[in-house]
Amino acid sequence: MQGIRAYAAAVVGVGMMLTTGAAIAETPKYGGHFTYVVPAKGPPSFDAHRETTYAVIHPVRPYYSTLLRVNPQNPADPADFVCDLCVGDVPKGTNDGKTFTFKLHEGVKFHDGTPLTSADVKATFDRIIFPPKGVSSARKSFYKMVESVDTPDASTVVFQLKYASTSFIPALAAPYNFVYSKAKLDVDQRWYEKNILGSGPFVFKEYQPGAFMTGEKNPDYYLKGLPYLDKITAIFANKESIQVQALRGNRASAQFRGFPPKTRDDLVRALGDKATVQETDWNCVLLATPNHTRKPFDDVRVRRALTLAVDRWGGSQYLSKIAIVKTVGGIVYPNHSLAATKEELQQMDGYGADLEASRAKARALLEEAGMDLSKTYIFNNRGVDQPYKIVGVWLIDQWRQIGLKFEQKVQPTGPFYATLRESGDFDVSIDFNCQSIVNPPIDTSKYLSSDVNPANYSRVVDRKLDGLYEDMLLEADPAKQRVKMRAYEKYVLHDQVTQMITLWWRRTTVHRSHFKGWKVSPSHYLGQALDTVWLDPDADK
Amino acid sequence: MSPGSILLEKPMHKYLVKRMLMMVPTLVGAAILVFTLMHMIPGDICALRYAGTGGSFDAGLIEICRDELGLNRPLYVQFFTWLGGFFVGDFGESMWTGRAISEEIGVRAVLSLQVAIMATIVSVIIAIPLGTISAIRQNTWIDYVVRCFSIAGIAMPSFWLGILIMLGLLWTTQHWFGQAWIPPIQYVSPFEDPIGNLTQLIWPALATGYRYSAVATRMTRSALLEVLREDYIRTARAKGVIEKLVVNRHALKNSMLPVVTVIGIEFAFLMGGLVVTEQVFNLNGLGKLFVDSVTNHDYALTQALVMLVAFIFVMMNIVIDLIYAWLDPRIRYS
Repeated sequence: MQGIRAYAAAVVGVGMMLTTGAAIAETPKYGGHFTYVVPAKGPPSFDAHRETTYAVIHPVRPYYSTLLRVNPQNPADPADFVCDLCVGDVPKGTNDGKTFTFKLHEGVKFHDGTPLTSADVKATFDRIIFPPKGVSSARKSFYKMVESVDTPDASTVVFQLKYASTSFIPALAAPYNFVYSKAKLDVDQRWYEKNILGSGPFVFKEYQPGAFMTGEKNPDYYLKGLPYLDKITAIFANKESIQVQALRGNRASAQFRGFPPKTRDDLVRALGDKATVQETDWNCVLLATPNHTRKPFDDVRVRRALTLAVDRWGGSQYLSKIAIVKTVGGIVYPNHSLAATKEELQQMDGYGADLEASRAKARALLEEAGMDLSKTYIFNNRGVDQPYKIVGVWLIDQWRQIGLKFEQKVQPTGPFYATLRESGDFDVSIDFNCQSIVNPPIDTSKYLSSDVNPANYSRVVDRKLDGLYEDMLLEADPAKQRVKMRAYEKYVLHDQVTQMITLWWRRTTVHRSHFKGWKVSPSHYLGQALDTVWLDPDADK
Repeated sequence: MSPGSILLEKPMHKYLVKRMLMMVPTLVGAAILVFTLMHMIPGDICALRYAGTGGSFDAGLIEICRDELGLNRPLYVQFFTWLGGFFVGDFGESMWTGRAISEEIGVRAVLSLQVAIMATIVSVIIAIPLGTISAIRQNTWIDYVVRCFSIAGIAMPSFWLGILIMLGLLWTTQHWFGQAWIPPIQYVSPFEDPIGNLTQLIWPALATGYRYSAVATRMTRSALLEVLREDYIRTARAKGVIEKLVVNRHALKNSMLPVVTVIGIEFAFLMGGLVVTEQVFNLNGLGKLFVDSVTNHDYALTQALVMLVAFIFVMMNIVIDLIYAWLDPRIRYS
């Protein structure tokens, strides 16, 4: 009975978080040691310019500042950015949207006491956008529009663009853009791979490889009154059972990546009102990628049949109960202004309201293409349960409904990517597109021809596809860009079915209720500065 | 004679040198095997690093990464570079983290060594008395209970027992004290916080020590039973020596040879083989590092770890041989 009451209370709590988007405003308390688990083995290096994993962002982000960031008070809005190192509002572009001028906070210091000036910001972005030889910058291509970074004085940074772009400000707000010390970079461009020196809300204290990282409050933090916490510790725990036990046993107050629905329910049942659940759509989507160099998947009729067979609306309803997927969408993150509406989606193959009609059309297309239905095809999948294997099993069943037989070949991550990238020994494969900042013009580059973007594993080469993307990317007017995005999306998902979208991921976080001030965002890379979060010991009483 | 003084004897010098020299081809063989096997696994550390997160990344990044790590060089060059470094004590750097391999291993080895020692102590404390009682009370209810206890230990994987311990702690503390409790999941050195350290490590030591003790208990029982049937034991009893002295002084020491072998090999196994148990308790030990390095395709680290484990096994065998010589003078003088 007690369990049922706790569950009901937590479900009410979840409902409140989902409907109001925030807990009741409370006065933050200072002090405390915040411990959280990072569901990873540890960061490969500390250099976020180089890395692409949240295993760097979760433990290391609190030690750094960025020029811009997603508004920590409203992270659910994919277009609400605020200044971090800069002052005032996010600048609007001048010179036809080609010049952006940022004024920096005065008196900002790195944790070693040296001042942070515009020279450091310039050195940081020069390294990201124009990396010197031998320096790896993972997201250099996000900044193709940037011509130069200038520093007219010690507290002003000016970005000069080649062309106006709607993707520039979101790209600047990426959580990877830690501002580094120019002095350190001048001596060794790779110094930051093994060392931490930032100007963020916390000062780095200790790292034990693969185990934990600790930091203490930065008393000289430039955002006055912040941070609230005295100390933070990130504990690396790759196994979900440990993360759950750590939350239940109060060894950790939060895990920021997210949990599957069943784990959420178990935690809520065990902790009752001591657990707080927050949910949102996730800027990650699971794809089904046909191999365009393999017969018969080089035939657009076969690819159209594959997408027509999939019941996305029904799948959303049932799969969301057992897997971290939920929302039906196109190639753009569903809550963004560039995303397709339900009506627009329903115009495309595989999104129609009449499933039986879609499947009848799929069977007809297979017959027209002369598809050999006696043959078993290979479906390549990644050996990870959530959500890959679950959605993989579902997809195979969907295709079985139109007479297609697929054998699932599940492989560990290394061999899985070797198959995708090198051998190409698959007919259709699972793949995913998972981004940090919601920046659709950049995020949708995944669907470009494989010779333009090798991360498209379908091996498609189609210049019309690339042209449609380029046209959309270079459009500076948001309304016109939306129209062009629809054309690009329709070509990818309907006309050529170069790839198929299954379902968008659903992010569900569970943390102890004494952990306050944190709001869920569409990406597990965001909201990790931890300067606005606090602990309320009274919540445990 | 103490075990240490055995090393000072001349025949033992020769023996030790011979064993040390034999270690070299063993290690080289292990090196060739692991290098070949690692390179046969499909996949690439650079692709995994950048493509594995599903995010966008610059197209040229993987080639830069491969160049940086030397993966574009011919395989034989990679092998001899690594082997050359290994024999001058330079293990190189982890390909995944860029940190010195000695640093990566050092942090974990301390924890693994401590768990191995604690588990061995737990095991010896349980196994020797139980095995002895079981042998001298053969076919009594005590013997049956001990045999059941030890068979259960062999049948039960230590990671499963670990899971039961964790869940048991959560459940019992929740019901008795109203607040669930689990051991710390963050390692603290025994020199900084001995209580905290013990609170964390006693549970994995018990989980692994139980399984370990089960094997040793059965070995102790069967070896002691065999020795108790020897003529010299019968002679001692015929001379009127009390049973306690017969067992402790004459039988037990002579029955320890196979038990020492089991304990030694289990100890070596614990240093790198506690893969799943470490995950259950979130221990940052060598077993977890091993799995991480293989899944990351970190050839350099995996190879170093295999060599380390091979070295531990070889050294453990030498230590076992020395203990044999201490326990049995016939071996010492042969």
